[in-house]
Amino acid sequence: MAKKTYALPNIITPANPVIFNPEVCNGCNHCVEVCQVDVYIPNPEKGKPPVILHPDECWYCGCCVNDCPRPGAITFNWPVQQRAYWKDKATGKVLRDSQ
Amino acid sequence: MTRWHDFIEKDGKPPVWPYPIHYDKEQEIDTDVLVIGGGIAGCWAAISAARKGVRVALVEKGDTVRSGAGGPGCDHWCNAPANPLSNVDPDEWAQHMAEAPYSNGIGTQIQCREDWDTLLEMEQMGGKIRDTKDEYVGARGRDEKTKLMISPRYTRVHSYIPGMQKPVTFKSNPEGKLNNVVIRVWGSTFKPILKRECKRLGVKIFDRVMVTSLLTEKGVQGARVIGATGFNNRTGEFMVFKSKAAVLATAGNWSLFLLNTELAGYNTFRSRTTTGDGTAMAWRAGAALTVMERTGIMMLSTGFKHTWYGGAGDASYENVPLVDANGKKLPWPTQGWEDAGAMRPTPENMEKIIKGIQSGEYALPFYGDFPAMPEVERRTTWRMMLGEESTTRNIIDSYEKGGFDPAKHLLQNYSFIEGNSPAQWRTAGGGPVIDWDLKSTLDGLYVAGEQTFSAGDHSYAAATGRYAGRKAADYSRQTGETKVSKDQVTLEKARIYAPVRRTEGIDWKELHAGISRAMQYFCSEYKTEQLLKMGLDALKEIEEVFVPRLYALDPHKLMRSIEDLSLLTHGQAIINASLARQSSSRMLNFFRIDYPKVDPPEWTKFVTVHLENNKVKAGELPLDYYGDMKANYEARNKDYTGVYKGK
Ligand SMILES: Cc1cc2nc3c(=O)[nH]c(=O)nc-3n(C[C@H](O)[C@H](O)[C@H](O)COP(=O)(O)OP(=O)(O)OC[C@H]3O[C@@H](n4cnc5c(N)ncnc54)[C@H](O)[C@@H]3O)c2cc1C
Ligand code: SF4
Ligand code: SF4
Repeated sequence: MAKKTYALPNIITPANPVIFNPEVCNGCNHCVEVCQVDVYIPNPEKGKPPVILHPDECWYCGCCVNDCPRPGAITFNWPVQQRAYWKDKATGKVLRDSQ
Repeated sequence: MTRWHDFIEKDGKPPVWPYPIHYDKEQEIDTDVLVIGGGIAGCWAAISAARKGVRVALVEKGDTVRSGAGGPGCDHWCNAPANPLSNVDPDEWAQHMAEAPYSNGIGTQIQCREDWDTLLEMEQMGGKIRDTKDEYVGARGRDEKTKLMISPRYTRVHSYIPGMQKPVTFKSNPEGKLNNVVIRVWGSTFKPILKRECKRLGVKIFDRVMVTSLLTEKGVQGARVIGATGFNNRTGEFMVFKSKAAVLATAGNWSLFLLNTELAGYNTFRSRTTTGDGTAMAWRAGAALTVMERTGIMMLSTGFKHTWYGGAGDASYENVPLVDANGKKLPWPTQGWEDAGAMRPTPENMEKIIKGIQSGEYALPFYGDFPAMPEVERRTTWRMMLGEESTTRNIIDSYEKGGFDPAKHLLQNYSFIEGNSPAQWRTAGGGPVIDWDLKSTLDGLYVAGEQTFSAGDHSYAAATGRYAGRKAADYSRQTGETKVSKDQVTLEKARIYAPVRRTEGIDWKELHAGISRAMQYFCSEYKTEQLLKMGLDALKEIEEVFVPRLYALDPHKLMRSIEDLSLLTHGQAIINASLARQSSSRMLNFFRIDYPKVDPPEWTKFVTVHLENNKVKAGELPLDYYGDMKANYEARNKDYTGVYKGK
């Protein structure tokens, strides 16, 4: 069945400062509380990962990830243009954070 | 289902606002000391006031647990000359720091005298300040007996740029040993501890409340401060705080010149909450402000370029040698022991580097050569410094996940390859005039941390917060109750809620950009009286034409809208101060085409501005208005008892 296409405005960028793993996250909302700019709101469905409502206000402080009590529930995600470059000293090969 | 548009796609509608809406509700809170801003300075102010036994309320826009610039962490406890490993006398170091014109001698003296005590109190509360697990044995600067770790920063003079300050032989350090004034700390542990201690002491914490204005006696501009108003940025509920003394600690304004609200987060050096609210409310209440004209381009983390502390951070971290693309060492300081923690090359070395790039001597891009470092130094820089220095922990965690190994890999540096275009990002370094009690020119209003003019760093914020808290507590004991002016509250309520009464018009982002644009055009490196006056007209037009169209769909957007109004007011104060200074000044990074003389003696003074009956009044203060720093500090602090001994 074809997916319904909605008329949505452009997505705010960068849109995903973090990536949640719904298998691990239990929706405790601790990350919602530690974020000083209120990037998140609690998910309307209890037990589910928070909703990223204001990604454009994220300052990439990492507190939500660092303070999450469940390892692996939330992963930090640099926007494409902020990804680092580095170089292998032995081979001279230029590498990039391309997770 | 973690993005709002997922909900549209699934249910055909966005999620509903998750918090109850209470625009019509009002709460009144009565306290002795009111602390505005729960960052580093604010938390310390609340703790020290509460330890004096008075009632304290702490109001924070975010959540006190991690809010503010120091919320995520801190790895340098700067300028702690009273620490046991220091080789320089605290008063002499303070004097040295304050020699730079337009510095804040009062805050500096307090920092140098008291921030070691402050750090010991942090340790008492559970903060980690020593290498107790012997993780960094062998690292330079580590002291085996105390297990403190000294940093190479400021080991010679208080400067980031070698040669900017003449070499000094301190009387207290005649042999010229390293000064040892900066201590590495495990600051990611600090903020949650501060919040816990506030709670333990019975401080009433109001998280997610944005303070919007100061209340004054009879509502008169310039009168004693007797409280503040605010609103909850999740529910919209209005708050009236009645207090006997207030401590303002909302830090500075880091987004005034920043046009883009979408990409700002990882390229500025502060979170979006730092919008100059405190300075704007002090100005409207009639407090005198100073150093407001200092709004030069920041050399540190340039807007929309790579930042030291942001994503893909510049590799010029402490002790990491910088090399060119062929591995050739550059004459670039490495914030290391050999260059006394310098962060930027001297102008001569910079010229050498640029010429070298053009002639092909140095190949771009440059790299931070982590593998060349001794193992323990590399680990100290990578694990400890970046692990603790605020927003940088992301870097080590995410790069390692991406395969970066500092023992094998050189980390790219972005200098030069980003181009030369100037940053759209400037500092706003002013704040209220303060006296030796850290009191502003208004009775009942104290100031701490980056909220003070020419402020310093984390330890400065902690020490001045702790100091302002105890002074405010003392004052609150001597003063009586007063009645809040109903009219003042009514007017403020009308101002705050206007945007939620509208359903269309201009949103906060558009207004923000409009204000920033006006500041960029009319208060840039090219300043003249005509341009500055055009700037005031432009801001007035924004105030009269566009602010009345501002609309906000929920309490969060209302907060951002009211922040815009702070930016606008802050911009007006800056332009008025810029008009009042009729000279150029290198130290203030302030250049007027119509007054080109640089730092003429007759203008080497603080320019002040304040409002009287809503009219701008300019004034001045001598550069050393605070007098003999040691004598004045001692005269005002005979009762200082050092490290907290209570329970
Ligand atoms: C990435 C990074 C790394 C750093 N590393 C170091 C370091 O290693 N060593 C060092 O010495 N310094 C460091 N600093 C600087 C240090 O963090 C700051 O100097 C210090 O936090 C300033 O403290 P403050 O209390 O003045 O401001 P902040 O800690 O920023 O607190 C201000 C608080 O006021 C709140 N606020 C603002 N407006 C309102 C309002 N209207 N109502 C209520 N609350 C409001 C804010 O939400 C915020 O919590 C670093 C800063 C950054 C960003
Ligand atoms: S990501 Fe972590 S902190 Fe956030 S809701 Fe899930 S489990 Fe809780
Ligand atoms: S990284 Fe910081 S600002 Fe961004 S969502 Fe997490 S806590 Fe909030």
